[in-house]
Amino acid sequence: MKTKRELVIVGGGPAGLAAALEAHKNGVEDILLIERDEYLGGILQQCIHNGFGLDYFNEELTGPEYAERFIDELSDKKIDVQLKTMVIDINDQKMLTVLSSKKGIEFIEAKSVILAMGCRERTREAIRIPGTRPAGVMTAGAAQRYINIEGYLPGREIVILGSGDIGLIMARRLALEGADVKGVFEIMSYSSGLVRNKVQCLDDFGIPLYLQQTVTKIHGQKRVEAVDIAEVDDNFNQIPETKKTIECDTLLLSVGLIPENELSQQANISLDDITGGPIVDQSRETDIPGVFACGNVLQVHDLVDNVSEEAEIAGKAAAEFLLNETKDEIKQSLEIAPGKNITYVVPHTLNINANTSPLIELFFRVKDPAEDCKISIKDNQEELASYTRPIVEPGEIESVKLPIKLINISSDEIIVELITGGE
Amino acid sequence: MSDKIYDILIVGGGVVGTAIARELSKYNLSIALFEKETDVASGTSKANSGIIHAGYNASKNTLKGRLNIKSNPMFDQIADDLKVPFNRIGSLVVGHSQEDKEKLILEKERSLAQADIDLRIIEKKELREKEPDLAEDAIVALYAPNAGIISPYKLTIAQAENAANNGVDIYLETEVKKVFHENNYITGIKTNKGKFSGSIVINAAGLYADKIAATVGENYEIVPRKGEYNLFDKKYGSLVNHVIFPMPSEKSKGILITPTVDGNLLLGPNSYVVENKDDLEVTEQGLNEIWDGGKKLYPSLPGNGIISSFAGLRATIPAEPYNDDFKIEALDNPVGFIDVAGIQSPGLSSAPGIAELITKIVDDISKDLKVPIKLQEKSSYNPELDKLPRLDDYKDHREDWHQVYQEDNDYGEIVCRCEHVTKGELIAELKKSLAPLTLDAIKRRTRAGGGRCQGGFCGPRIAEIIAEEFEISPLEVTKNGPGSEILMERVKDIKADRDITYRRQKDEN
Ligand SMILES: Cc1cc2nc3c(=O)[nH]c(=O)nc-3n(C[C@H](O)[C@H](O)[C@H](O)COP(=O)(O)OP(=O)(O)OC[C@H]3O[C@@H](n4cnc5c(N)ncnc54)[C@H](O)[C@@H]3O)c2cc1C
Ligand SMILES: Cc1cc2nc3c(=O)[nH]c(=O)nc-3n(C[C@H](O)[C@H](O)[C@H](O)COP(=O)(O)OP(=O)(O)OC[C@H]3O[C@@H](n4cnc5c(N)ncnc54)[C@H](O)[C@@H]3O)c2cc1C
Repeated sequence: MKTKRELVIVGGGPAGLAAALEAHKNGVEDILLIERDEYLGGILQQCIHNGFGLDYFNEELTGPEYAERFIDELSDKKIDVQLKTMVIDINDQKMLTVLSSKKGIEFIEAKSVILAMGCRERTREAIRIPGTRPAGVMTAGAAQRYINIEGYLPGREIVILGSGDIGLIMARRLALEGADVKGVFEIMSYSSGLVRNKVQCLDDFGIPLYLQQTVTKIHGQKRVEAVDIAEVDDNFNQIPETKKTIECDTLLLSVGLIPENELSQQANISLDDITGGPIVDQSRETDIPGVFACGNVLQVHDLVDNVSEEAEIAGKAAAEFLLNETKDEIKQSLEIAPGKNITYVVPHTLNINANTSPLIELFFRVKDPAEDCKISIKDNQEELASYTRPIVEPGEIESVKLPIKLINISSDEIIVELITGGE
Repeated sequence: MSDKIYDILIVGGGVVGTAIARELSKYNLSIALFEKETDVASGTSKANSGIIHAGYNASKNTLKGRLNIKSNPMFDQIADDLKVPFNRIGSLVVGHSQEDKEKLILEKERSLAQADIDLRIIEKKELREKEPDLAEDAIVALYAPNAGIISPYKLTIAQAENAANNGVDIYLETEVKKVFHENNYITGIKTNKGKFSGSIVINAAGLYADKIAATVGENYEIVPRKGEYNLFDKKYGSLVNHVIFPMPSEKSKGILITPTVDGNLLLGPNSYVVENKDDLEVTEQGLNEIWDGGKKLYPSLPGNGIISSFAGLRATIPAEPYNDDFKIEALDNPVGFIDVAGIQSPGLSSAPGIAELITKIVDDISKDLKVPIKLQEKSSYNPELDKLPRLDDYKDHREDWHQVYQEDNDYGEIVCRCEHVTKGELIAELKKSLAPLTLDAIKRRTRAGGGRCQGGFCGPRIAEIIAEEFEISPLEVTKNGPGSEILMERVKDIKADRDITYRRQKDEN
């Protein structure tokens, strides 16, 4: 019941897959990849639409195709995969408890762990919609699973709340199955999904997107019968005169994703309140040495391509952690903080040693949309580097590559800022 | 329609009706219980604070006060027998000023004059030790160590199961429409599923008790009084250690915060009269009201920690002569009709006492019935339920779960990831005779689907398991009974393709 492992990867989605391959490539010989579902590929397996891999493979693939590339590559490597197995506990000593129908309870002592558990969707409760509690209220991802994996239509007259990518994709999917999609309602003044998804999933299908509107109430005793919609002002207050009722049998929610970090919390790993994911350095190492995080468990990504790249960073770093007996001395540690108009930055810290790559890529999201702006990296008031951008959107992750030689040797914090026109 | 002639017909499968059924099942009687919904615990008993009150502000001049005080000590045994989680965590009524303190002292003395309840005034230092995250300006509290928390719907379900094991027939989706009486005697009832004969009708229909009573000529009105709640993620369960009340008002005990037996945090309820007895809507206004109440007690309450909101309705009889008290009595005309109405708070805390009182009333009228009965204890009565294994109960000794797993490998397959519920646990519950095949029934019995993702991941899987195990179509699986189907139609048989795509991985495994 008790075994020892060099590297255990929790989660077999695109993050876990890429991390496993990269660790293997860098010389780790004893790798165990654990996935609770009956297949590898994570959320990709229910994303049967196109649009994956444009960055990473330079071609357009479906979700399952994208996953298949990694799964194929994995199959002839010495990487152990345990499916239908769930990690139920981790402690700060890197001891994992896992449960499966094949082997029951097992305890695994790992030298290094990569967390790649992905994320879950926010529910009705997280946004507190008043009204009754009938059947027919579900997250867009659950609806996607019902249609694409189980093969069932979960509703016929659909209202979608939230313009996240999954909501947009599901608007099209349901329309294709003959459902009547009455509209996508978004409380913000802009769509939170990718621009290309708005065009391809709504505009091309004549599905209206209503900005600054929200669902204020759910009606129906047994099954959803209708929802109330109202416009909101700039402070998100409902404007009562604008209230109207729309008949429907289903309300889909696409109101955000939450990194799945219950295990990280059990292990006492520090989390970032904004991303909901662990606090990591540039090698995606958490504050427990030898525990790394990548993919949606770390920050919610728009594109799977970025997930794969991030996972490779973590996989390589785990290999270094395991194989590099004499740890390189850290010469400088500093924080990277979000400044003006920036929501968050990943990584959160830099630990610079002799081996640190000369170029560090910083990922972040802006607070509001802007045009003709610039990203500025600052140490106190001093600008270390700046990068112009024609357009930025909160719905799309931004990144810049910062040469570390620009960082002052005495610095203990740098700040990422968005400077908009006129400033 | 049933040819069987019952001694006793109980209307309503709430905590009260099922407590009565269980208590009466000790005797040589033939008993039936009727519940109009798909599951027991579908009314007020599923949506309340779940507190077994110590009885500190209960007045001995009221029936509800006396029954609460009498019942509180009975819960340890009941919980033990029925394997229902129950925890005497104690309650604190929190005061913020010298004036509050004087009121609390008065409250304590008034309570002690009525009954022997363990009550203490505690000062700021001890209060902070007990509740480190309580608002800074809380300086004093009335502490009642014997207050407890219980899962009200698990208690109700367990009472029903135990009653059924002891011979009570439970009819679900069976609505009582009318009570028959002839020459002053109860003779039976009419339901949507036909007529049933019996010489005693116990009216425990909660909000609808007035409707049932009206069919035998009674004239009182049940007024629904709503209470709304927020439920917080387990992550925050340890923020609060006791049941925390604000200073009470005239009408209610106020908006409280308490851990639940499942480790979540519960905030609520407010209290206001509503028009309709099926008005379970949570309102924006109400949620704001309880939120403000909660913030006063715990400024650090996390707004983004809420995983569920719901409402319950208190069945009150405000009018004279009941004045918001319980109405528990046998009618003189027709003989055999017993009201258990107006069971508002603390109805849950009083349920065991109510059941004993009803047994006494039944005994009192037994000789006067159309068909007289005699209460005789039966030797076959078993007060206990078997305990089913729960992975969640093995948190500190996971290795022992392996044995459970070895007996049935389904206990190795986690279906609900948030609450760690295995397929074995689901199937064991579904196999019980009383369990309806609905997602809500599963959720109440096992918590599967009741966690952070609220069934987003496991909803489809649970529907599939129900369909597979019971050989029905997933299209027939409902949330909580007919009309609440989850899926609309078959799209196409995607399953087959998927099996091909992933066959290789399965082979490898
Ligand atoms: C509906 C939808 C549409 C999308 N569309 C696009 C698109 O068009 N283009 C694009 O580039 N990207 C798209 N994405 C984004 C992309 O799919 C994700 O960024 C990517 O899948 C994240 O990878 P991940 O490995 O971090 O997480 P996931 O894919 O979620 O994988 C996490 C895995 O970990 C497993 N796991 C979690 N906890 C445990 C545990 N305790 N024990 C064992 N296993 C565990 C899970 O079962 C899961 O398989 C979409 C995402 C969604 C949800
Ligand atoms: C907001 C709130 C908070 C509360 N907090 C507490 C607390 O902390 N502690 C405490 O002790 N008490 C509390 N209570 C009170 C407690 O919940 C109730 O007293 C108790 O649940 C009442 O149980 P019951 O069986 O009488 O009613 P119900 O649970 O309503 O049961 C009645 C049943 O009868 C069925 N029925 C109705 N009509 C028919 C018919 N014609 N045919 C067949 N079946 C029918 C209904 O479907 C229902 O299932 C609270 C109540 C509320 C609303």
